Amino acid sequence: MNQKQKKVLIRIIAAAACILILELLPIEGVLKFALYMIPYLVIGYDILKKAGKGILNRQVFDENFLMAVATVGAILLGEYTEGVAVMLFYQIGELFQSYAVGKSRKNISELMDIRPDYANVAGEDGTLVQVDPDEVEIGSLIVVEPGEKVPIDGVIVEGKTTLNTSALTGESVPQDAGAGDSIISGCINMTGVLKIKTTKEFGESTVSKILDLVENASSKKSRSENFISKFAKYYTPAVCYGAVALAVLPPLVRLLFLGLSPQWGDWVFRALTFLVISCPCALVISIPLSFFAGIGGAGNAGVLVKGSNYLETLSQTKYVVFDKTGTMTEGVFEVSGVHHAEMEQGKLLEYAALAECHSSHPISKSLQKAYGKPLDASRVTEVEEIGGNGVVAKVDGVSVAAGNERLMERLGIPCAQCHSVGTIVHMAVDGAYAGHILISDRIKPNAKEAIAALKTAGVKKTVMLTGDRKEVGRQVAKELGIDEVHCELLPGDKVAKVEELLQAKSEKEKLAFVGDGINDAPVLSRADIGIAMGALGSDAAIEAADIVLMDDDPKKIAKAIRISEKCLRIVYENIIFAIGIKLVCLILGALGIANMWAAIFADVGVMVIAVLNAIRALNVKRL
Amino acid sequence: MKKTYKIEVDCANCANKMEDAAKHTAGVKDATVNFMTLKMAVEFEEGADAKAVMQDVLKNCKKVEDDCEIYL
Repeated sequence: MNQKQKKVLIRIIAAAACILILELLPIEGVLKFALYMIPYLVIGYDILKKAGKGILNRQVFDENFLMAVATVGAILLGEYTEGVAVMLFYQIGELFQSYAVGKSRKNISELMDIRPDYANVAGEDGTLVQVDPDEVEIGSLIVVEPGEKVPIDGVIVEGKTTLNTSALTGESVPQDAGAGDSIISGCINMTGVLKIKTTKEFGESTVSKILDLVENASSKKSRSENFISKFAKYYTPAVCYGAVALAVLPPLVRLLFLGLSPQWGDWVFRALTFLVISCPCALVISIPLSFFAGIGGAGNAGVLVKGSNYLETLSQTKYVVFDKTGTMTEGVFEVSGVHHAEMEQGKLLEYAALAECHSSHPISKSLQKAYGKPLDASRVTEVEEIGGNGVVAKVDGVSVAAGNERLMERLGIPCAQCHSVGTIVHMAVDGAYAGHILISDRIKPNAKEAIAALKTAGVKKTVMLTGDRKEVGRQVAKELGIDEVHCELLPGDKVAKVEELLQAKSEKEKLAFVGDGINDAPVLSRADIGIAMGALGSDAAIEAADIVLMDDDPKKIAKAIRISEKCLRIVYENIIFAIGIKLVCLILGALGIANMWAAIFADVGVMVIAVLNAIRALNVKRL
Repeated sequence: MKKTYKIEVDCANCANKMEDAAKHTAGVKDATVNFMTLKMAVEFEEGADAKAVMQDVLKNCKKVEDDCEIYL
């Protein structure tokens, strides 16, 4: 409890004790009024002050005003105990709320506690200086002892260790790392001492980026949150006017038309009860809190959600579209054969590797790796990349074309068909067909389970898009149990295909696109919701996607959907529960059945229950 | 230009009111208040003086919720 909360607690205890004593004293008249004013002012002076200021600032209909009117009204009617009690319970409720919110705020931030407090910078003479990570310059040498968090992204210069990345990825299996490996901030060094050369500033490091993202996540408000804000805006004045009407109209009707006694006191009291019930705080607090807890829980499981709106959309996802490479498959290509080579295989590989030496596409990388020797880029001239087809270049002055069948068609070179499953790079050297290189990719071990899990999570249809050949795409789709597959797509075609799918579905069913963030940024942003996976350390993917899976386990997609569903279920529970109870109490209050105590429960009790329910969204372990 | 400020406020509805007040301050293009992280992100109009604008924002916020604070 903080200072402010402690002060309120003392006031609550003092006022409660005071009122208990007064109850026992046989006092009447003015003396009773004067004595009851003591606990009333002790517990309520700040509320009255705020209500007064609110009126001066023309912010009339806030809860302070409601409480002031309700309690002053009760006291004027001679219901001293009730008046003080309402104020007392209102303060207890406020205290509990502030405590619960503070507690959950702390829980959630602890869950995402990956912020390193310091960095050990190694001086030239080998001494270590502990500094704020913000002050470490790029290229500094830092030392991370076992048990410490890696504060800044960098490359390991010295040392060997096992890293715990669970705070980042939710993955509990530790990873080994040694000299030469790049390392990202936020991991915990478990076994050995590491010397790291930093490659980024703290502000640009993974850990800062993630924290930024999580902290700003609830700024992007969901439809439910906007609905509640709007609702509260109209609701409070509406209830106030309702209360006025309740206080004035029935007595007038009784007096003028029915010829009965007006019973002013009774009706005014009902109106006051009405006011106490009406406070919208339970709604206003519990909805954002549910989302905040959901986002926190997801973050802990290695799923970064960039805003409550995305969590909401994700929960309505019925179509999931995948990219193949890097998403369903490892994206690690290996040259598995050279066929129909018209020249020595090694020579053909050398040409292929050189022609593709400027590209960072996984296929090019695998060619370069298979060639195995350092590449001299100066041997390559007139490089022309043809998107979705391949590359044409001059190597040592000889024209070389490397790419798919379409490239060969374009160049008018007949090529041999390949019957193996995998990606085929056809080669043409000096204008003549020179054979093809077969490159294959492995399906991720969890991919099949991931598709099955999506089905259980309520996804209607899974679609895979790939630039790969029909044989490859279809086989992968069949093996995984994916419903629909579109092959041989150029990068632009993927956007068109997603648009087609978006049109075919109904407005309420959402479409998610899952990619690895390489080359699919346009599709990620076009889909209702873009999910990037294996994004650890890839800035582009973190930027483009709405939801980021920190590791590359496709099973996390289904988990993310289940987290969002749970969170949204809690949100709706809270909306229905809070509005429902309030409406029932309002009606009972107007009919004179619910007294002040029921009113206080409707205000404070509902809020407390809604807050406790909201916290449940944090628990996503068993989803 | 966008800046984030730490704030202090007790109830969620009040946070919403602060957001509204900040949004309607001259020189502010957009503002969001995050009650959970107790932060206010303000996007200023082109050429606005952030410091002066924030004084007005604070004044307007105090009007709607007396018991709030923005750490400038």
